[in-house]
Amino acid sequence: MSISRRDFIKDHAALAVGATLTPLALQDLFAAPALTARVVQANLPSAKSGAEADHVLRALDRGMEALLQMPGKEAWAEIVSPRDIVGLKVSCLAGKYFSTHSSLVQAIITRLVSIGLKPGQIIIWDRLNMDLQGAGFTLNQNPQQALCYGNDAAGYSQALYEYQSACSRLSRIVTDHCTAIINLPVLKDHGIVGISAGLKNFFGAIDNPNKYHDSCGDPYVADVNMIPALRSKVRLTICDAITAQYEGGPPFMRQWNWPMRSLLLAKDMVALDRICWTIIENKRSENNLPTLRDAGRYPSYIHTAALRGLGTDDLQKIEVIDV
Amino acid sequence: MSASVLYDRREFMTCAAGGLCFLMAAPARTKAVHSAMKTDQLVEARYYEKLPNRKIKCLLCPRTCVIDDLERGYCGVRENRDGIYYTLVYGKPCTLHIDPIEKKPLFHFLPGSEALSIATAGCNVFCKFCQNWEISQSRPEQLPSLDLAPAKLVALTREKKCPVIAFTYNEPVVFTEYMYDIAEKARGVGVHTAMISNGYIQAKPLKDLCRVLSAVKIDLKAFSERFYKELVSGQLQPVLDSLILLKQEKIWFEIVYLVIPGQNDDPHELSSLCKWIYKELGPGVPLHFTRFYPQYRLTNVPATPLQTLQKARQIAQDAGLQFVYSGNVPGDPGENTYCSKCSELLIKRMGYAIAENRIKTGQCPKCRTPIPGVWK
Ligand code: SF4
Repeated sequence: MSISRRDFIKDHAALAVGATLTPLALQDLFAAPALTARVVQANLPSAKSGAEADHVLRALDRGMEALLQMPGKEAWAEIVSPRDIVGLKVSCLAGKYFSTHSSLVQAIITRLVSIGLKPGQIIIWDRLNMDLQGAGFTLNQNPQQALCYGNDAAGYSQALYEYQSACSRLSRIVTDHCTAIINLPVLKDHGIVGISAGLKNFFGAIDNPNKYHDSCGDPYVADVNMIPALRSKVRLTICDAITAQYEGGPPFMRQWNWPMRSLLLAKDMVALDRICWTIIENKRSENNLPTLRDAGRYPSYIHTAALRGLGTDDLQKIEVIDV
Repeated sequence: MSASVLYDRREFMTCAAGGLCFLMAAPARTKAVHSAMKTDQLVEARYYEKLPNRKIKCLLCPRTCVIDDLERGYCGVRENRDGIYYTLVYGKPCTLHIDPIEKKPLFHFLPGSEALSIATAGCNVFCKFCQNWEISQSRPEQLPSLDLAPAKLVALTREKKCPVIAFTYNEPVVFTEYMYDIAEKARGVGVHTAMISNGYIQAKPLKDLCRVLSAVKIDLKAFSERFYKELVSGQLQPVLDSLILLKQEKIWFEIVYLVIPGQNDDPHELSSLCKWIYKELGPGVPLHFTRFYPQYRLTNVPATPLQTLQKARQIAQDAGLQFVYSGNVPGDPGENTYCSKCSELLIKRMGYAIAENRIKTGQCPKCRTPIPGVWK
C-alpha cells in the first residue's frame, strides 16, 4: 500500500506529538521555543537475544517515517539520490559484541536498493579492515554486493584538511569514494571524551584521532566534524543503541552494557548526541555512578559543536519522538 | 598514494643506489604493514602500569596517557590490547637513509661521519611547523615499513661501514624499546648511536637510554610555555628537565633551536634561554640556531631573516656560550667551529660537508685548549 506524503503527515502528526518523550500541555506548546531538531527513538520489541533482522528493519522504517514525516521510500529519497555513492560509517572498534549490528546495515542497504541504488554504490567502512572483520563484516570489493573496506585499504588524502584546532588527512572513502554518508555509530560511554555517538564516530574518518583526545576532545571533535569535505556529505545519523554502554567504553564491558533495543535517528548530529548524553547520564545515575562531569570527562565538545553551528544542543529545541 | 610514501620512494631510490634495495622490495614492505597489527608479533611496551578494567597508564613521556583497551596513546604508535600495552613500531622503520652526522645536526660528534638514519611513524607532540609531518603525524598502518630487527639493522650498519646509527626524522622516544635494543647491540660491536629528539621523555626511560646511547641532540623549540602549548601541544619544563638529566648522565648532547619569526625570536626570550643554558648546562654545550622555512601548518610565517640568526648568535655569545652555530644557511660563518679560547678556526663547514677539520686529539692545534665533544 502506498501512502502519499500529505496523507502520512495528516495520519501521523497527532501520534508523533502524542508520543513525544517530553509531552507538553497544549498551552505550553505555544509558549515553548520553536523546535529546530528532531531525534527519533525507534524501539525494537524486547527479546532475549540479538538484533533480529525483521525487528531491526521494522524499527528502521518506523524511525525514518517519523524523522522525515513521510512514508519510507520518500523518506529515503530525501536523504540520498539513486546517483549517490553512499558510505555507511559503522563503528567497529569494540569488536563483535559491541559494534554496529550487521542487521542494521543490511536493513539500510535493503532500503537504499529499494529506491534505486545498486549494491555497488554502497560502501560499508571504518578505520581498518581488521576492525570490520572483527565486527563480523565481510570485506568486499565486488560491486555485485555492497562494498566493504577500511581506510587502511583506501588510504588517506594527500591534502591536509584544517578547521580551527583540527588538521588531518581524511580517508579517501570520504574525499574520493562517497558522495553521501550515513553515520552509524553505537551509543557508549567513552573514557576520554565522555560519550561516543554521532560526532565522535567521525574520528574514524581521519588519520590522526590520537592527537585529539586532550581536554576531553573539546574542541577537536567539533572541529573535525566542521571540515567542509566531511560535513557536506553527512546526510543522516542512525545510532545503533540495540545494545549500549554507560561505563567503561569504548571497549565492550559486559557489566556496563545493557540491551536498550533502540535506534536513534536524526539529521542533526548535535541534537542526537545531546540526547545520547542524557541517556548515558540517566543510566549512570540509575547505577549509582558519578556524572560524567564528576568522572572528569564532561562531553563539552557537544556544546562546542552547537556553537560552531553544526546543530542544536538546546534540549528545549529538540523534539524527541518515541516510536 | 600519500606524500609520505613518495617521501619513502625518494629514500628508496637513495637506498637502492647504496645497495639497500633488498630491504625495500614492495611485497616485503606491504607484508610488514599487515603483520605489524597482529598481537602475537608485537613487542610489549616497557614503561607503563596496568590499571583496573583493562586500562593502562603509559609512563614513557610526560603526557602519561591513560588508555582504554583497544585505544592508542597520543603518539599513535602504542596500543592497549586487552590490558597489555604494545609498541606497534618495534622493528618497523618506515625510513632508512644514510646522512652526514652534520645533518642532524651534531657538530661536536664524530665530524664527517655517515649515520645510518632510521625513523618510524609517530610523535608525542604535534608541532605546527613539523618538517617531517608525513611520517611523524602518521600511524604505523598508514605507512609502508620494513621488517628490520635490531640485530639485522646493526649488521646492515656495519656492512655499510657507517660508524653511527641515528634515530631521527620522527620522534624516537615513541620507539624507545626498538631504539634501546639497537643501541645496546650496536654498542657491543663498536657502533655509535645518536638520538635526535624533542626531549619530551620521562626521567626513567631517558636514564636507561643514556646507558646505551653515544649522543643526543635535543630540539628545544622555544623558551616559553606559551609557545609549547600553542605550537607544540606540549610543555617546556619536561624538556628542560631532560637537558639537566643529560648533563648529569654525562652523555654528549647538543641543542638545536629553530628560530621562528614572531614566535620564539624575542631577544629577551633568547637571552633568558642562553643564561639558563650557561647556568644549568655550562658554556660548552653547542647551541644551534637554525633557520625556519614555512612548513606544514605554519605556511603564513616567513623564513627567518639572516639578521635574526646573527642576532641570536650574538646574544648567546654575550651570555658566555662558547659554541654557537647557525643552521640551514649554507656558507654562513656561523656554521664553523672556532676555538673558545684563541678563536682559531677549527672546523670549516659548507652545509653538511666538512671542508677542513683541524682538531687534533680533541684540542685546538694552536693553543691546545680541549674542545668538548666526541672526536673519535
Ligand atoms: S609515549 Fe605515547 S602513549 Fe606514552 S605517554 Fe607519550 S604520547 Fe602517550
